[in-house]
Amino acid sequence: MTRLPITKTPKVYVGGAFIRSESARTFPLQDAAGNFFANIPQCTRKDLRNAVEAAAKAGPGWAKRTAYNRGQIIYRLAEMLEARRADMGDALAVGGATRAAAAKEITATIDRLIHYAGWADKYEQVLGSVNPVASPHFNFTVTEPMGIIGLLAPDEAPLLALVSLLAPVITSGNTVVALASTARPYPAIVLGEMLATSDLPGGVVNLLTGFRKDIVPTMATHAHLRAIGGVANAAERHTLKLGAVESVKRVKLHPAEEPVDWFSAKAQGLYEIRDFVEFKTTWHPIGA
Amino acid sequence: MGRLPSPSLPLFSAGGWGMVAALMKAGSPAAFRRLCNEIGTVDAVGIEERVAKYATRSVKQASKVAGLKLVVSMVDLTTLEGKDTPDKVASLCQKALHPHAGLDVPPVAAVCVYPSMVKHARRALGADTAVRIASVATAFPSGQAPLRSRLAEVKAALADGADEIDMVINRGAFLAGEFQLVQDEITAVRDTCGAATLKVILEVSELETYDNIRAASFLAMRVLRPGDFIKTSTGKTLLNATLGNNQVMLEAIRDFYLETGIPIAMKPAGGIRTAKQSLHFLIAVKETLGDAWLTNRRYRFGASSLLNDLLRQLEKEKTGTYQAPYHFSEAAESY
Repeated sequence: MTRLPITKTPKVYVGGAFIRSESARTFPLQDAAGNFFANIPQCTRKDLRNAVEAAAKAGPGWAKRTAYNRGQIIYRLAEMLEARRADMGDALAVGGATRAAAAKEITATIDRLIHYAGWADKYEQVLGSVNPVASPHFNFTVTEPMGIIGLLAPDEAPLLALVSLLAPVITSGNTVVALASTARPYPAIVLGEMLATSDLPGGVVNLLTGFRKDIVPTMATHAHLRAIGGVANAAERHTLKLGAVESVKRVKLHPAEEPVDWFSAKAQGLYEIRDFVEFKTTWHPIGA
Repeated sequence: MGRLPSPSLPLFSAGGWGMVAALMKAGSPAAFRRLCNEIGTVDAVGIEERVAKYATRSVKQASKVAGLKLVVSMVDLTTLEGKDTPDKVASLCQKALHPHAGLDVPPVAAVCVYPSMVKHARRALGADTAVRIASVATAFPSGQAPLRSRLAEVKAALADGADEIDMVINRGAFLAGEFQLVQDEITAVRDTCGAATLKVILEVSELETYDNIRAASFLAMRVLRPGDFIKTSTGKTLLNATLGNNQVMLEAIRDFYLETGIPIAMKPAGGIRTAKQSLHFLIAVKETLGDAWLTNRRYRFGASSLLNDLLRQLEKEKTGTYQAPYHFSEAAESY
């Protein structure tokens, strides 16, 4: 008996669920050989809005977890990726990566997650401080997560760049709404499936696929997003900065014209975490 | 959700008094069937299909803005918590009068508070105001107090300046089939209300079936005056106003109106938190009862957090950008 082929409907991971675009629109994705591979959700500004609502719901619970627990969960995500290297390798191959290149990218991604899992209960000790003041007060500075962060992933290293952008952001207790690479969206779809099994509460990371022109203007102006990060070209940076002025949000963008070496150790570290935290300084009187 | 099973044995046969007691406990099928024969039963599947369609209407921007403003004017801005204070009620009243600066929105229909807070609401709103004061009297939310003390509570709320009384029906009596008792209690509260508007809370989540909701609606409507309300819920149980419950009650109001010419008003309460949900309810009203019910004299929303989302969406329509909830008052959420 011949068996019907079972093809997968790629869906995006938003609010802990796998959904189609609210618009019901999709765009066709070709594999490296130019053959039709799948229809990918073409998310719109309303999907972005819904993702922000999901992130807002998940945020307080995620921020309240202990730093140690957030580290454990990010470590668990690395475990999930390690266990499903083959799936992710296939996903990267759709975008044209060779087996060797895919394996290298997956290894780098797992290592990146472990890097931030380690930082989770340590960054506060480095970024926070006890400050000298000329009065009988303890004066100390601590970090707080900003809230919901919008991220724009580049086409190069579609898995590694996306994870390099989102891992430091969630490490400190923020939540993420990210637009995956438009040209190579499939690894982000598979990453969503791993996130779903990684103990990460639904809504902490929300991954959208689609076109930048549909998402960037709304990401710029949405007042509930506290900051924007990722990679953007000159025109997008202009739009994002203008929108950010109006809605008072932080913008930390890598220019698309100067490609980042995502494999480099320079693409990870404490300062990536610092980019998306607020500092709070407290004065406390010293008792007798 | 259809008819309750009819008794398989005559009441006074071999089963004896034990059987009678068991049947009474199960909801007195005989009395229930008599009522259902008069008013008809509910097609539960039909209702579910009908209301599912309400959420699929495409509402364009101008209609949406008009709808959202209409909903604002229909809100019974509610605070019913043990931790209510006079100052909290006063700030609620300010919000009721002036929901948001720069949006050109009307004041809400009413504030809804516990009887002990009525005098504080009256002081905050003043005597001459567009915002009415509703109070949940009659041992809200359970209604499990002697009728005497329930009526005393109504009188006290009215004396302190309440314009509207939200009463709960005696669900225990209803489920035991003592329909006359239910009706008599509503009548007693109605007579105590005098000129004040009466809202009868059926507490649909405790009535369990659509047939029961329809039956309770008719029991109440038969003793209400034109302009009095039937209301879905107290908001204190797990299941509150749904489009399905709302539809059953709207259709009961329609059938009662066609039969008697008496217009009864409707108030869904509890669980309506988003502007989008509220528009679905408006569509239900428009398509079931028509434009005559699209006014705050005939339709209300009992809600505490709905108003902020309405304002948030109106601001979004005005500016074209999505808003953060913490830019609107009373959104304690800081994330």
